[in-house]
Amino acid sequence: MKGDPNEQVLLKALANNDSKAAETIYKDNFNMILNFILNNNGSYDEARDIFQEAMITLYQKAKSGSFVLTSQIKTYLYSVCRRLWLKRLQQLGKTTNGIENYETVVVEDDVEIHERQNAELGIMDRALNSLGEPCKSLLEAFYIEKKSMDQIALMFGYTNADNAKNQKYKCLIRLKKLFFSQYNIGE
Amino acid sequence: MEDILLLNSIERYLEGRMLEEEKNFFEALRQNNPAIDQMVVEHKLFLHHMNEYADVENFRDSIHTIHSKLSATGEVRNSEEPEGFTGKVVQLWHRYRKVTAIAASIACITALFISALAMYFSPSVDKTQLERLSRDIAAIKANQQVTNNTLKEVAEPKIPKGAIVKTGGTAFLIDGKGYLVTSAHVLAGSGAIVTDNNGNEYNSKILSIDQSKDLAILKIDDKDFKPVKNLPYAIRRNQPDLGEELFTLGYPRDEIVYNMGYLSAKTGYKGDTTSCQLSLTANPGNSGAPVFNKNGEIVGIITTKQTQAEDVVFALKSNNIFKLIDSLRTTDTFFKNVKLPTFSTLKNMDRVSQVKKAESYVFFVKAYN
Repeated sequence: MKGDPNEQVLLKALANNDSKAAETIYKDNFNMILNFILNNNGSYDEARDIFQEAMITLYQKAKSGSFVLTSQIKTYLYSVCRRLWLKRLQQLGKTTNGIENYETVVVEDDVEIHERQNAELGIMDRALNSLGEPCKSLLEAFYIEKKSMDQIALMFGYTNADNAKNQKYKCLIRLKKLFFSQYNIGE
Repeated sequence: MEDILLLNSIERYLEGRMLEEEKNFFEALRQNNPAIDQMVVEHKLFLHHMNEYADVENFRDSIHTIHSKLSATGEVRNSEEPEGFTGKVVQLWHRYRKVTAIAASIACITALFISALAMYFSPSVDKTQLERLSRDIAAIKANQQVTNNTLKEVAEPKIPKGAIVKTGGTAFLIDGKGYLVTSAHVLAGSGAIVTDNNGNEYNSKILSIDQSKDLAILKIDDKDFKPVKNLPYAIRRNQPDLGEELFTLGYPRDEIVYNMGYLSAKTGYKGDTTSCQLSLTANPGNSGAPVFNKNGEIVGIITTKQTQAEDVVFALKSNNIFKLIDSLRTTDTFFKNVKLPTFSTLKNMDRVSQVKKAESYVFFVKAYN
């Protein structure tokens, strides 16, 4: 099955953080995955988690320039969700027999890459969370919310941007220490 | 403090915010000082992870928002049972459809097995295989009105007022004085009227019914009836021959209908020697119809047809008419003057002329209560 050109456009928009694209994909596929999870011993919340995980996988793949869609987005998401759900069931020690299987594409590698990335993100997450305030919020404002130093100075009550910048670097040094204590460069 | 400055420089360097001169200076520093180079590489890696983390976190946030929005507007389902009761049923169906399919298959096989057993052990019923060719009430009723209206009848219909027509069939004259032969099962009622092919109705009396042979004698008892001197056809005393070409005249509808065929067996249903098997088309209403051979001799009276086969019709052999009359003569002097025609004047005539001569003596019988 070849990728639909419309879907290629959709994926490009997704990679460029176009929330409309994400919404379209979400709307078109969530109910299908929900049915799949519900029919295979899952709950609504589990379906939502699995689906969002699959959306992130798709997003990461779309962002990595090398991604060429070889199947429909629907098939891809279904395959990823199915794989993730099987793994989840195995972790919980539940039976995985009789999990329905429609047409799927091979996504084992993608899921593995996604999980490795998730592990790395987990390191960053833990490092950030063990920083304590105000470092955590400050760094998040700068790196995640992409605020300027002037805005940050205003938000956190620093007299000027340079003060905020100094504070930020202090926090950054601590964060890096925490991060690299977990993260093995040689890996 | 130095660390902070250094980090600031590295970040500016990596983000490409350094001026050309400063950048050259920094790159030289990097080359000469492996520790600084190490820090640059490390920070680059860190920033990469941080950006990735930021991206995914932002995306995660955005799809959370999307989920809340879409489930609020109902564009995606917002609970496990969104479609109410049917949703639950569908869900149950999905969950148990394999079990259901297996159960259904077993039920199906069992049902087939039982019906096969039942069919194997139950005795076959003759009744279902033979269909009497008298016309049933409904058909007659439906046509009665039409018949009465369209026939060139001036007089009142001869059926007594309030009488219900039960069955209909065919009868034919065996004696010009008004004696008719028909099938016993045609006369389900207590009285009968007969109609000729011109639509003239005559009252008639049932003289004798032989249910075992399915044969009955009627007598026209009507002042309008003019006795016939000589009947054109004969009634054959001998057995018919296999393969003999035959034709019949009867009233499967309100008009006389001609059909032809041949004698296909010398015995009737299940080897009945009093009747024979014909191959021709017969329909309800043909019961009691005369079967002629090509010489215009009546060889039989149509009685039944096999329901499971096409064009398998049974006729009572004509010698039974002789037998019946003979037996009646011994008990009832009334039958002494009945004289059956034994000489056919239709011999060597073409079929159209034969039919023209014979059709006036074939009647439509309606039995009523």
